Amino acid sequence: MKLHMRRKTRNEIITHIVLIIIVFLVLAPVLFALAKSTQTRAEVYHFPPKLGPGTAGILNYKTVWYQFDLGLYIKNTLLVAGIVMFFKTLFSMTAGLGLVYFDFPFKEWVFYFILFTLMMPTEIMIVALFNLVSDIARQFGVENSYAVLTVPFLASATGVFLFRQHFSSIPADLADAARVDGAGPIRFLWSILIPMSWNTIAALALIQFIYMWNQYIWPLVIVRENKHQLIQVGLRSLTNQQDTTNWGLLMAAAILAMIPPMLVFILLQEQFTKGFALGREK
Amino acid sequence: MSTARFKGKWLPWLFLLPTLIILLVFLYYPVVQTFRLSFYRVAFLGLKTKFSGMENYLNLLHDTGYHQTIVSTVLVAMAVVIVGLGLSLLIAMIANQKIHGANIYRFLLIWPFALSPAVAGVVFLFMFSPGFGAVNYLTSVVTGHELNWLGEPKLAITLVIMASIWKNLGYNIVFYLAALQNVNTEVLEAASIDGANTWQRFWRVTFALLSPMTFFLLITNITYSFFDIFGMIDILTKGGPLDATNLMIYNLYRDAFEYYKTGLASAQSVILFLLVVGLTLIQFRTSGRQVYYGG
Repeated sequence: MKLHMRRKTRNEIITHIVLIIIVFLVLAPVLFALAKSTQTRAEVYHFPPKLGPGTAGILNYKTVWYQFDLGLYIKNTLLVAGIVMFFKTLFSMTAGLGLVYFDFPFKEWVFYFILFTLMMPTEIMIVALFNLVSDIARQFGVENSYAVLTVPFLASATGVFLFRQHFSSIPADLADAARVDGAGPIRFLWSILIPMSWNTIAALALIQFIYMWNQYIWPLVIVRENKHQLIQVGLRSLTNQQDTTNWGLLMAAAILAMIPPMLVFILLQEQFTKGFALGREK
Repeated sequence: MSTARFKGKWLPWLFLLPTLIILLVFLYYPVVQTFRLSFYRVAFLGLKTKFSGMENYLNLLHDTGYHQTIVSTVLVAMAVVIVGLGLSLLIAMIANQKIHGANIYRFLLIWPFALSPAVAGVVFLFMFSPGFGAVNYLTSVVTGHELNWLGEPKLAITLVIMASIWKNLGYNIVFYLAALQNVNTEVLEAASIDGANTWQRFWRVTFALLSPMTFFLLITNITYSFFDIFGMIDILTKGGPLDATNLMIYNLYRDAFEYYKTGLASAQSVILFLLVVGLTLIQFRTSGRQVYYGG
Protein backbone atom coordinates (compact mmCIF):
# COMPACT_ATOMS: atom_id res chain seq x y z
CA MET A 1 0.00 0.00 0.00
CA LYS A 2 2.75 2.38 1.05
CA LEU A 3 4.80 1.40 -1.96
CA HIS A 4 1.80 2.05 -4.18
CA MET A 5 1.36 5.52 -2.69
CA ARG A 6 4.99 6.33 -3.22
CA ARG A 7 4.78 5.24 -6.84
CA LYS A 8 1.73 7.43 -7.28
CA THR A 9 3.45 10.52 -5.87
CA ARG A 10 6.48 9.82 -8.01
CA ASN A 11 4.32 9.60 -11.10
CA GLU A 12 2.60 12.83 -10.18
CA ILE A 13 5.93 14.61 -9.75
CA ILE A 14 7.06 13.39 -13.17
CA THR A 15 3.79 14.63 -14.69
CA HIS A 16 4.35 18.02 -13.08
CA ILE A 17 7.88 18.26 -14.42
CA VAL A 18 6.82 17.25 -17.93
CA LEU A 19 3.93 19.75 -17.88
CA ILE A 20 6.14 22.57 -16.63
CA ILE A 21 8.61 21.92 -19.47
CA ILE A 22 5.80 21.88 -22.05
CA VAL A 23 4.21 25.03 -20.65
CA PHE A 24 7.58 26.74 -20.74
CA LEU A 25 8.25 25.68 -24.34
CA VAL A 26 4.83 26.89 -25.49
CA LEU A 27 5.30 30.14 -23.61
CA ALA A 28 8.96 30.68 -24.61
CA PRO A 29 8.39 32.74 -27.80
CA VAL A 30 6.16 35.16 -25.90
CA LEU A 31 8.54 35.41 -22.94
CA PHE A 32 11.33 36.12 -25.41
CA ALA A 33 9.26 38.82 -27.10
CA LEU A 34 8.37 40.28 -23.71
CA ALA A 35 12.02 40.51 -22.65
CA LYS A 36 13.09 42.03 -25.97
CA SER A 37 10.26 44.55 -25.88
CA THR A 38 12.03 46.26 -22.98
CA GLN A 39 15.47 46.44 -24.57
CA THR A 40 17.19 49.28 -26.38
CA ARG A 41 18.54 48.78 -29.88
CA ALA A 42 22.04 48.12 -28.54
CA GLU A 43 20.73 45.58 -26.05
CA VAL A 44 18.75 43.77 -28.73
CA TYR A 45 21.75 43.47 -31.04
CA HIS A 46 24.05 42.33 -28.25
CA PHE A 47 25.77 39.03 -28.99
CA PRO A 48 25.21 36.46 -27.48
CA PRO A 49 21.54 37.45 -27.07
CA LYS A 50 20.47 38.89 -23.74
CA LEU A 51 17.35 37.22 -22.40
CA GLY A 52 16.63 39.39 -19.38
CA PRO A 53 14.64 42.61 -19.21
CA GLY A 54 16.30 45.71 -20.68
CA THR A 55 16.29 49.36 -19.80
CA ALA A 56 13.90 50.79 -22.41
CA GLY A 57 10.62 49.18 -21.33
CA ILE A 58 8.40 52.19 -20.83
CA LEU A 59 10.07 54.15 -23.60
CA ASN A 60 9.50 51.39 -26.21
CA TYR A 61 5.85 51.00 -25.33
CA LYS A 62 5.28 54.75 -25.32
CA THR A 63 7.01 55.13 -28.68
CA VAL A 64 4.94 52.48 -30.47
CA TRP A 65 1.74 53.68 -28.83
CA TYR A 66 2.10 57.34 -29.86
CA GLN A 67 4.72 57.61 -32.60
CA PHE A 68 3.83 54.44 -34.50
CA ASP A 69 0.07 54.81 -33.98
CA LEU A 70 -0.43 51.52 -32.12
CA GLY A 71 -2.87 53.30 -29.83
CA LEU A 72 -4.93 54.38 -32.84
CA TYR A 73 -4.95 50.89 -34.39
CA ILE A 74 -5.93 49.29 -31.10
CA LYS A 75 -8.74 51.80 -30.60
CA ASN A 76 -9.99 51.20 -34.17
CA THR A 77 -9.85 47.44 -33.84
CA LEU A 78 -11.60 47.45 -30.46
CA LEU A 79 -14.40 49.51 -31.99
CA VAL A 80 -14.71 47.34 -35.11
CA ALA A 81 -14.55 44.08 -33.14
CA GLY A 82 -17.06 45.45 -30.62
CA ILE A 83 -19.56 46.47 -33.30
CA VAL A 84 -19.29 43.14 -35.11
CA MET A 85 -19.50 41.17 -31.87
CA PHE A 86 -22.67 42.96 -30.78
CA PHE A 87 -24.61 42.88 -34.04
CA LYS A 88 -23.50 39.41 -35.06
CA THR A 89 -24.69 38.03 -31.74
CA LEU A 90 -27.97 39.95 -31.96
CA PHE A 91 -28.73 38.96 -35.57
CA SER A 92 -27.74 35.34 -34.96
CA MET A 93 -30.00 35.25 -31.92
CA THR A 94 -33.04 36.63 -33.75
CA ALA A 95 -32.36 34.27 -36.67
CA GLY A 96 -32.20 31.36 -34.21
CA LEU A 97 -35.49 32.53 -32.70
CA GLY A 98 -37.10 32.65 -36.14
CA LEU A 99 -35.86 29.18 -37.05
CA VAL A 100 -36.76 27.42 -33.80
CA TYR A 101 -39.98 29.06 -32.61
CA PHE A 102 -41.81 29.67 -35.87
CA ASP A 103 -43.16 27.59 -38.71
CA PHE A 104 -42.91 29.01 -42.19
CA PRO A 105 -42.53 27.72 -45.74
CA PHE A 106 -39.01 26.84 -46.99
CA LYS A 107 -37.67 26.78 -43.42
CA GLU A 108 -35.25 23.93 -44.19
CA TRP A 109 -34.05 25.73 -47.30
CA VAL A 110 -33.40 28.92 -45.37
CA PHE A 111 -31.35 26.97 -42.86
CA TYR A 112 -29.27 25.33 -45.57
CA PHE A 113 -28.86 28.70 -47.28
CA ILE A 114 -27.27 30.00 -44.09
CA LEU A 115 -25.29 26.85 -43.38
CA PHE A 116 -23.77 26.74 -46.87
CA THR A 117 -21.95 30.04 -46.27
CA LEU A 118 -19.61 28.17 -43.90
CA MET A 119 -17.78 27.11 -47.04
CA MET A 120 -17.14 30.70 -48.10
CA PRO A 121 -14.27 32.22 -46.14
CA THR A 122 -13.58 35.88 -46.95
CA GLU A 123 -10.20 35.00 -48.43
CA ILE A 124 -11.76 32.87 -51.17
CA MET A 125 -13.81 35.65 -52.76
CA ILE A 126 -11.53 38.49 -51.77
CA VAL A 127 -11.35 39.90 -55.32
CA ALA A 128 -15.09 40.06 -55.94
CA LEU A 129 -15.83 41.25 -52.39
CA PHE A 130 -13.25 43.98 -52.83
CA ASN A 131 -14.83 45.13 -56.12
CA LEU A 132 -18.32 45.07 -54.63
CA VAL A 133 -17.54 46.89 -51.40
CA SER A 134 -15.37 49.49 -53.14
CA ASP A 135 -18.23 50.24 -55.56
CA ILE A 136 -20.84 50.53 -52.81
CA ALA A 137 -18.51 52.60 -50.62
CA ARG A 138 -17.77 54.99 -53.48
CA GLN A 139 -21.48 55.54 -54.10
CA PHE A 140 -22.17 56.30 -50.46
CA GLY A 141 -18.90 58.17 -49.93
CA VAL A 142 -17.80 55.88 -47.12
CA GLU A 143 -14.46 54.61 -48.41
CA ASN A 144 -11.95 53.97 -45.63
CA SER A 145 -14.57 53.88 -42.92
CA TYR A 146 -15.59 51.59 -40.10
CA ALA A 147 -18.59 50.67 -42.25
CA VAL A 148 -16.53 48.83 -44.89
CA LEU A 149 -14.72 47.00 -42.10
CA THR A 150 -17.82 45.86 -40.24
CA VAL A 151 -20.94 45.58 -42.42
CA PRO A 152 -19.79 42.60 -44.55
CA PHE A 153 -19.21 40.61 -41.34
CA LEU A 154 -22.44 41.20 -39.45
CA ALA A 155 -23.98 37.82 -40.22
CA SER A 156 -22.71 34.48 -39.08
CA ALA A 157 -23.63 30.93 -39.93
CA THR A 158 -21.69 29.82 -36.84
CA GLY A 159 -23.83 32.04 -34.65
CA VAL A 160 -27.14 31.01 -36.19
CA PHE A 161 -26.19 27.38 -35.86
CA LEU A 162 -25.08 27.71 -32.22
CA PHE A 163 -28.25 29.54 -31.20
CA ARG A 164 -30.52 27.23 -33.16
CA GLN A 165 -28.94 24.26 -31.43
CA HIS A 166 -29.09 25.88 -28.00
CA PHE A 167 -32.72 27.07 -28.35
CA SER A 168 -33.77 23.60 -29.50
CA SER A 169 -32.38 22.17 -26.27
CA ILE A 170 -34.50 24.51 -24.10
CA PRO A 171 -37.70 22.74 -22.96
CA ALA A 172 -40.59 23.56 -25.29
CA ASP A 173 -43.00 24.03 -22.36
CA LEU A 174 -41.27 27.32 -21.58
CA ALA A 175 -42.42 28.93 -24.81
CA ASP A 176 -45.89 27.52 -24.23
CA ALA A 177 -45.98 29.06 -20.79
CA ALA A 178 -44.79 32.37 -22.20
CA ARG A 179 -47.51 32.32 -24.83
CA VAL A 180 -50.18 31.56 -22.25
CA ASP A 181 -48.86 34.52 -20.26
CA GLY A 182 -49.42 36.60 -23.35
CA ALA A 183 -45.74 37.33 -24.01
CA GLY A 184 -44.82 37.96 -27.63
CA PRO A 185 -41.64 36.61 -29.21
CA ILE A 186 -39.59 39.72 -28.35
CA ARG A 187 -40.52 39.59 -24.68
CA PHE A 188 -39.86 35.85 -24.76
CA LEU A 189 -36.41 36.45 -26.25
CA TRP A 190 -35.58 39.18 -23.79
CA SER A 191 -36.81 37.70 -20.53
CA ILE A 192 -36.48 33.94 -21.08
CA LEU A 193 -34.09 33.04 -23.89
CA ILE A 194 -31.31 35.54 -23.24
CA PRO A 195 -31.00 34.77 -19.51
CA MET A 196 -30.77 31.08 -20.43
CA SER A 197 -28.15 31.57 -23.16
CA TRP A 198 -25.21 33.25 -21.46
CA ASN A 199 -22.78 30.43 -22.19
CA THR A 200 -23.67 30.42 -25.88
CA ILE A 201 -23.56 34.21 -26.06
CA ALA A 202 -20.15 34.30 -24.36
CA ALA A 203 -18.78 31.53 -26.57
CA LEU A 204 -19.90 33.32 -29.72
CA ALA A 205 -18.68 36.70 -28.47
CA LEU A 206 -15.23 35.22 -27.78
CA ILE A 207 -14.96 33.54 -31.19
CA GLN A 208 -16.13 36.67 -32.99
CA PHE A 209 -13.92 39.05 -31.05
CA ILE A 210 -10.80 37.02 -31.78
CA TYR A 211 -11.88 36.53 -35.40
CA MET A 212 -12.27 40.28 -35.92
CA TRP A 213 -9.16 41.16 -33.92
CA ASN A 214 -7.13 38.87 -36.19
CA GLN A 215 -8.55 40.25 -39.47
CA TYR A 216 -5.66 40.74 -41.83
CA ILE A 217 -6.31 40.44 -45.54
CA TRP A 218 -9.56 42.43 -45.57
CA PRO A 219 -8.31 45.63 -43.87
CA LEU A 220 -5.09 45.27 -45.86
CA VAL A 221 -6.88 45.58 -49.22
CA ILE A 222 -9.89 47.76 -48.37
CA VAL A 223 -8.44 50.45 -46.06
CA ARG A 224 -6.12 52.91 -47.76
CA GLU A 225 -5.57 55.46 -45.02
CA ASN A 226 -3.89 55.13 -41.68
CA LYS A 227 -6.71 56.75 -39.74
CA HIS A 228 -8.97 53.71 -40.01
CA GLN A 229 -6.39 50.95 -40.15
CA LEU A 230 -6.61 47.88 -37.90
CA ILE A 231 -4.02 46.41 -35.59
CA GLN A 232 -2.71 43.42 -37.59
CA VAL A 233 -2.03 45.56 -40.66
CA GLY A 234 -0.45 48.17 -38.39
CA LEU A 235 1.88 45.48 -37.15
CA ARG A 236 2.66 44.60 -40.76
CA SER A 237 3.63 48.14 -41.71
CA LEU A 238 5.88 48.31 -38.66
CA THR A 239 7.59 45.07 -39.76
CA ASN A 240 8.03 46.35 -43.30
CA GLN A 241 10.23 49.20 -42.14
CA GLN A 242 12.64 46.53 -40.94
CA ASP A 243 16.01 48.09 -41.77
CA THR A 244 15.13 51.14 -39.78
CA THR A 245 13.11 49.28 -37.20
CA ASN A 246 14.21 48.83 -33.73
CA TRP A 247 13.26 45.23 -32.89
CA GLY A 248 12.52 46.21 -29.31
CA LEU A 249 9.78 48.47 -30.61
CA LEU A 250 8.38 45.75 -32.83
CA MET A 251 8.21 43.29 -29.95
CA ALA A 252 6.48 45.92 -27.80
CA ALA A 253 3.92 46.30 -30.60
CA ALA A 254 3.45 42.51 -30.82
CA ILE A 255 2.88 42.30 -27.06
CA LEU A 256 0.35 45.14 -27.18
CA ALA A 257 -1.47 43.44 -30.05
CA MET A 258 -1.77 40.28 -27.94
CA ILE A 259 -3.23 41.85 -24.83
CA PRO A 260 -6.90 42.60 -25.72
CA PRO A 261 -7.77 39.16 -27.18
CA MET A 262 -5.91 37.54 -24.29
CA LEU A 263 -7.98 39.50 -21.76
CA VAL A 264 -11.23 38.57 -23.50
CA PHE A 265 -10.06 34.97 -23.61
CA ILE A 266 -9.21 34.90 -19.89
CA LEU A 267 -12.56 36.48 -19.10
CA LEU A 268 -14.71 34.14 -21.21
CA GLN A 269 -12.74 30.91 -21.49
CA GLU A 270 -14.86 29.01 -18.98
CA GLN A 271 -18.14 29.89 -20.68
CA PHE A 272 -16.49 29.19 -24.00
CA THR A 273 -15.63 25.61 -23.03
CA LYS A 274 -19.14 25.11 -21.68
CA GLY A 275 -20.98 26.82 -24.52
CA PHE A 276 -18.97 25.60 -27.46
CA ALA A 277 -16.33 22.94 -26.97
CA LEU A 278 -18.33 20.82 -24.54
CA GLY A 279 -21.83 22.07 -25.17
CA ARG A 280 -21.99 20.68 -28.68
CA GLU A 281 -21.74 17.18 -27.33
CA LYS A 282 -24.87 17.43 -25.21
CA MET B 1 -39.25 18.37 -32.84
CA SER B 2 -42.44 20.39 -32.39
CA THR B 3 -41.03 23.54 -30.87
CA ALA B 4 -42.78 25.99 -33.19
CA ARG B 5 -44.80 28.01 -30.69
CA PHE B 6 -45.43 31.46 -32.05
CA LYS B 7 -47.74 32.46 -34.86
CA GLY B 8 -46.96 35.00 -37.53
CA LYS B 9 -46.47 34.95 -41.25
CA TRP B 10 -43.97 37.78 -41.65
CA LEU B 11 -42.43 37.83 -38.20
CA PRO B 12 -39.96 34.94 -38.70
CA TRP B 13 -38.74 36.52 -41.94
CA LEU B 14 -38.24 39.78 -40.12
CA PHE B 15 -36.10 38.01 -37.52
CA LEU B 16 -34.05 36.35 -40.25
CA LEU B 17 -33.83 39.35 -42.54
CA PRO B 18 -30.57 40.97 -41.36
CA THR B 19 -28.68 37.68 -41.56
CA LEU B 20 -30.15 36.71 -44.93
CA ILE B 21 -29.48 40.09 -46.56
CA ILE B 22 -25.86 40.24 -45.42
CA LEU B 23 -25.15 36.66 -46.45
CA LEU B 24 -26.77 37.24 -49.83
CA VAL B 25 -25.00 40.52 -50.60
CA PHE B 26 -21.57 39.94 -49.06
CA LEU B 27 -21.14 36.18 -49.45
CA TYR B 28 -23.33 34.69 -52.19
CA TYR B 29 -23.04 37.56 -54.63
CA PRO B 30 -19.21 37.76 -54.47
CA VAL B 31 -18.95 33.98 -54.86
CA VAL B 32 -21.10 34.11 -58.00
CA GLN B 33 -19.04 37.05 -59.27
CA THR B 34 -15.83 35.13 -58.59
CA PHE B 35 -17.06 32.25 -60.74
CA ARG B 36 -18.03 34.71 -63.49
CA LEU B 37 -14.74 36.64 -63.38
CA SER B 38 -12.75 33.43 -63.61
CA PHE B 39 -13.93 33.11 -67.22
CA TYR B 40 -12.87 36.63 -68.13
CA ARG B 41 -9.71 38.44 -68.92
CA VAL B 42 -9.76 41.67 -66.95
CA ALA B 43 -7.62 44.56 -68.07
CA PHE B 44 -5.85 46.84 -65.63
CA LEU B 45 -8.10 48.18 -62.85
CA GLY B 46 -11.06 46.26 -64.18
CA LEU B 47 -11.88 48.85 -66.81
CA LYS B 48 -12.19 46.31 -69.60
CA THR B 49 -13.35 42.74 -69.31
CA LYS B 50 -13.35 40.23 -72.10
CA PHE B 51 -14.76 36.71 -72.08
CA SER B 52 -11.92 34.26 -72.39
CA GLY B 53 -13.51 30.89 -71.64
CA MET B 54 -11.21 28.46 -69.88
CA GLU B 55 -8.08 30.51 -70.57
CA ASN B 56 -7.35 31.34 -66.91
CA TYR B 57 -7.75 27.72 -65.87
CA LEU B 58 -5.58 26.50 -68.73
CA ASN B 59 -2.91 29.01 -67.79
CA LEU B 60 -2.88 27.67 -64.24
CA LEU B 61 -2.80 24.10 -65.51
CA HIS B 62 0.34 24.81 -67.54
CA ASP B 63 2.05 27.05 -65.01
CA THR B 64 4.79 25.09 -63.24
CA GLY B 65 5.01 27.87 -60.65
CA TYR B 66 1.40 27.20 -59.70
CA HIS B 67 2.08 23.47 -59.47
CA GLN B 68 4.84 24.28 -56.99
CA THR B 69 2.37 26.44 -55.06
CA ILE B 70 -0.07 23.55 -54.79
CA VAL B 71 2.68 21.17 -53.65
CA SER B 72 3.83 23.61 -50.94
CA THR B 73 0.25 24.17 -49.76
CA VAL B 74 -0.38 20.43 -49.44
CA LEU B 75 2.96 19.95 -47.68
CA VAL B 76 2.24 22.65 -45.11
CA ALA B 77 -1.31 21.38 -44.56
CA MET B 78 -0.07 17.83 -44.00
CA ALA B 79 2.62 18.91 -41.57
CA VAL B 80 0.21 21.13 -39.65
CA VAL B 81 -2.31 18.30 -39.42
CA ILE B 82 -0.02 15.37 -38.61
CA VAL B 83 2.59 17.02 -36.38
CA GLY B 84 0.24 19.63 -34.93
CA LEU B 85 -2.56 17.22 -34.03
CA GLY B 86 -0.14 14.58 -32.74
CA LEU B 87 1.54 17.07 -30.43
CA SER B 88 -1.77 18.53 -29.28
CA LEU B 89 -3.22 15.13 -28.44
CA LEU B 90 -0.08 14.14 -26.55
CA ILE B 91 -0.09 17.37 -24.53
CA ALA B 92 -3.84 17.17 -23.89
CA MET B 93 -3.49 13.62 -22.57
CA ILE B 94 -0.70 14.64 -20.19
CA ALA B 95 -2.70 17.66 -19.01
CA ASN B 96 -5.85 15.58 -18.57
CA GLN B 97 -4.43 13.60 -15.64
CA LYS B 98 -5.80 14.20 -12.19
CA ILE B 99 -3.08 16.27 -10.55
CA HIS B 100 -2.90 19.36 -8.37
CA GLY B 101 -3.23 22.62 -10.27
CA ALA B 102 -4.59 20.89 -13.38
CA ASN B 103 -6.67 23.96 -14.22
CA ILE B 104 -3.66 26.25 -14.15
CA TYR B 105 -1.73 23.98 -16.50
CA ARG B 106 -4.73 23.80 -18.80
CA PHE B 107 -4.97 27.55 -19.01
CA LEU B 108 -1.23 27.92 -19.61
CA LEU B 109 -1.53 25.47 -22.48
CA ILE B 110 -4.57 26.84 -24.30
CA TRP B 111 -3.83 30.57 -24.27
CA PRO B 112 -2.25 30.59 -27.80
CA PHE B 113 -5.89 30.26 -28.93
CA ALA B 114 -6.02 34.06 -28.64
CA LEU B 115 -2.88 34.68 -30.73
CA SER B 116 -3.13 36.06 -34.23
CA PRO B 117 -1.16 34.52 -37.11
CA ALA B 118 0.45 37.93 -37.72
CA VAL B 119 1.73 38.21 -34.14
CA ALA B 120 3.05 34.65 -34.35
CA GLY B 121 4.77 35.68 -37.59
CA VAL B 122 6.41 38.76 -36.06
CA VAL B 123 7.72 36.86 -33.03
CA PHE B 124 9.06 33.97 -35.11
CA LEU B 125 10.60 36.38 -37.61
CA PHE B 126 12.57 37.92 -34.81
CA MET B 127 13.55 34.66 -33.10
CA PHE B 128 14.91 33.23 -36.34
CA SER B 129 16.54 36.36 -37.69
CA PRO B 130 20.18 35.96 -38.64
CA GLY B 131 22.72 37.55 -36.32
CA PHE B 132 20.75 38.25 -33.18
CA GLY B 133 17.71 35.95 -33.09
CA ALA B 134 17.85 33.65 -30.06
CA VAL B 135 17.03 30.46 -31.95
CA ASN B 136 19.53 31.30 -34.61
CA TYR B 137 22.14 31.78 -31.92
CA LEU B 138 21.27 28.38 -30.43
CA THR B 139 21.44 26.58 -33.76
CA SER B 140 24.76 28.19 -34.52
CA VAL B 141 26.15 27.04 -31.17
CA VAL B 142 24.86 23.49 -31.68
CA THR B 143 25.60 22.98 -35.37
CA GLY B 144 28.64 25.21 -35.58
CA HIS B 145 27.34 27.33 -38.43
CA GLU B 146 24.48 29.72 -38.77
CA LEU B 147 21.34 28.47 -40.45
CA ASN B 148 19.77 30.88 -42.89
CA TRP B 149 16.17 30.26 -41.88
CA LEU B 150 14.71 32.99 -44.06
CA GLY B 151 16.99 32.57 -47.08
CA GLU B 152 17.00 28.81 -47.55
CA PRO B 153 13.79 27.43 -49.18
CA LYS B 154 13.57 24.22 -47.13
CA LEU B 155 14.31 26.01 -43.87
CA ALA B 156 11.83 28.79 -44.64
CA ILE B 157 8.99 26.35 -45.18
CA THR B 158 9.99 24.53 -41.96
CA LEU B 159 9.85 27.86 -40.16
CA VAL B 160 6.35 28.58 -41.51
CA ILE B 161 5.23 25.10 -40.41
CA MET B 162 6.67 25.53 -36.91
CA ALA B 163 5.05 28.93 -36.41
CA SER B 164 1.70 27.62 -37.70
CA ILE B 165 1.76 24.62 -35.40
CA TRP B 166 2.68 26.76 -32.39
CA LYS B 167 -0.11 29.24 -33.08
CA ASN B 168 -2.74 26.51 -33.43
CA LEU B 169 -1.69 24.41 -30.41
CA GLY B 170 -4.07 26.18 -28.03
CA TYR B 171 -7.06 25.70 -30.30
CA ASN B 172 -6.40 21.99 -30.78
CA ILE B 173 -5.71 21.39 -27.08
CA VAL B 174 -9.01 23.11 -26.08
CA PHE B 175 -10.98 20.67 -28.20
CA TYR B 176 -8.95 17.58 -27.32
CA LEU B 177 -9.26 18.34 -23.60
CA ALA B 178 -13.02 18.75 -23.98
CA ALA B 179 -13.24 15.43 -25.80
CA LEU B 180 -10.98 13.64 -23.32
CA GLN B 181 -13.23 14.71 -20.47
CA ASN B 182 -16.06 12.89 -22.20
CA VAL B 183 -14.09 9.64 -22.47
CA ASN B 184 -15.58 7.20 -20.03
CA THR B 185 -12.87 6.04 -17.64
CA GLU B 186 -14.80 2.82 -16.96
CA VAL B 187 -14.15 1.69 -20.51
CA LEU B 188 -10.43 2.21 -19.97
CA GLU B 189 -10.54 0.28 -16.69
CA ALA B 190 -12.44 -2.54 -18.34
CA ALA B 191 -9.84 -2.69 -21.11
CA SER B 192 -7.14 -2.73 -18.46
CA ILE B 193 -8.78 -5.64 -16.65
CA ASP B 194 -9.05 -7.47 -19.95
CA GLY B 195 -5.27 -7.28 -20.13
CA ALA B 196 -4.78 -4.41 -22.56
CA ASN B 197 -1.43 -2.68 -22.14
CA THR B 198 -0.96 1.10 -22.13
CA TRP B 199 -0.35 1.29 -25.83
CA GLN B 200 -3.38 -0.85 -26.68
CA ARG B 201 -5.53 1.15 -24.25
CA PHE B 202 -4.52 4.33 -25.97
CA TRP B 203 -4.84 3.12 -29.54
CA ARG B 204 -7.88 0.85 -29.27
CA VAL B 205 -9.90 2.82 -26.72
CA THR B 206 -8.91 6.46 -26.24
CA PHE B 207 -7.90 7.17 -29.82
CA ALA B 208 -10.92 5.33 -31.17
CA LEU B 209 -13.27 7.30 -28.93
CA LEU B 210 -11.55 10.54 -29.93
CA SER B 211 -11.74 9.88 -33.65
CA PRO B 212 -14.78 12.12 -34.31
CA MET B 213 -12.93 15.00 -32.64
CA THR B 214 -9.75 14.20 -34.53
CA PHE B 215 -11.69 14.27 -37.76
CA PHE B 216 -13.27 17.60 -36.88
CA LEU B 217 -9.84 19.03 -36.05
CA LEU B 218 -8.43 17.57 -39.24
CA ILE B 219 -10.81 19.68 -41.31
CA THR B 220 -10.41 22.87 -39.25
CA ASN B 221 -6.62 22.53 -39.36
CA ILE B 222 -6.64 22.08 -43.13
CA THR B 223 -8.82 25.19 -43.47
CA TYR B 224 -6.48 27.02 -41.11
CA SER B 225 -3.43 26.11 -43.16
CA PHE B 226 -5.22 27.13 -46.36
CA PHE B 227 -6.47 30.56 -45.29
CA ASP B 228 -5.65 31.84 -41.79
CA ILE B 229 -1.96 31.34 -42.43
CA PHE B 230 -1.98 34.29 -44.86
CA GLY B 231 -0.95 36.92 -42.31
CA MET B 232 1.89 34.78 -41.05
CA ILE B 233 3.31 34.22 -44.56
CA ASP B 234 2.94 37.88 -45.42
CA ILE B 235 5.01 38.89 -42.39
CA LEU B 236 7.49 36.01 -42.20
CA THR B 237 8.56 35.23 -45.74
CA LYS B 238 6.36 37.09 -48.25
CA GLY B 239 6.15 33.84 -50.18
CA GLY B 240 9.92 33.55 -50.58
CA PRO B 241 12.67 32.53 -50.84
CA LEU B 242 12.31 31.39 -54.47
CA ASP B 243 8.54 31.06 -53.95
CA ALA B 244 9.10 28.19 -51.51
CA THR B 245 6.41 29.47 -49.13
CA ASN B 246 4.18 30.94 -51.82
CA LEU B 247 1.04 29.10 -50.74
CA MET B 248 -2.19 29.12 -52.78
CA ILE B 249 -3.85 31.90 -50.82
CA TYR B 250 -0.73 34.08 -50.99
CA ASN B 251 -0.33 33.51 -54.72
CA LEU B 252 -3.99 34.47 -55.18
CA TYR B 253 -3.52 37.67 -53.20
CA ARG B 254 -0.46 38.69 -55.21
CA ASP B 255 -2.07 37.97 -58.56
CA ALA B 256 -5.11 39.98 -57.54
CA PHE B 257 -3.66 42.97 -55.71
CA GLU B 258 -0.05 43.25 -56.87
CA TYR B 259 -0.25 42.15 -60.50
CA TYR B 260 -3.93 43.05 -61.00
CA LYS B 261 -4.69 39.77 -62.78
CA THR B 262 -8.28 39.69 -61.57
CA GLY B 263 -9.44 36.87 -63.82
CA LEU B 264 -6.52 34.64 -63.00
CA ALA B 265 -6.93 35.27 -59.28
CA SER B 266 -10.64 34.45 -59.53
CA ALA B 267 -9.86 31.14 -61.19
CA GLN B 268 -7.59 30.35 -58.22
CA SER B 269 -10.42 31.31 -55.88
CA VAL B 270 -12.73 28.88 -57.64
CA ILE B 271 -10.17 26.09 -57.27
CA LEU B 272 -9.82 26.82 -53.55
CA PHE B 273 -13.58 27.06 -53.15
CA LEU B 274 -14.11 23.65 -54.75
CA LEU B 275 -11.46 22.21 -52.42
CA VAL B 276 -13.24 23.62 -49.37
CA VAL B 277 -16.64 22.39 -50.57
CA GLY B 278 -15.16 18.94 -51.12
CA LEU B 279 -13.67 18.82 -47.65
CA THR B 280 -16.85 20.07 -46.00
CA LEU B 281 -19.02 17.56 -47.84
CA ILE B 282 -16.75 14.73 -46.70
CA GLN B 283 -17.16 16.03 -43.18
CA PHE B 284 -20.96 16.28 -43.39
CA ARG B 285 -21.11 12.74 -44.72
CA THR B 286 -18.95 11.15 -42.09
CA SER B 287 -19.86 12.99 -38.91
CA GLY B 288 -22.73 15.40 -39.05
CA ARG B 289 -22.64 16.58 -35.48
CA GLN B 290 -18.93 17.30 -35.42
CA VAL B 291 -19.00 19.89 -38.16
CA TYR B 292 -17.08 23.06 -37.49
CA TYR B 293 -18.99 26.28 -37.64
CA GLY B 294 -16.16 28.78 -37.27
CA GLY B 295 -15.81 32.16 -38.85
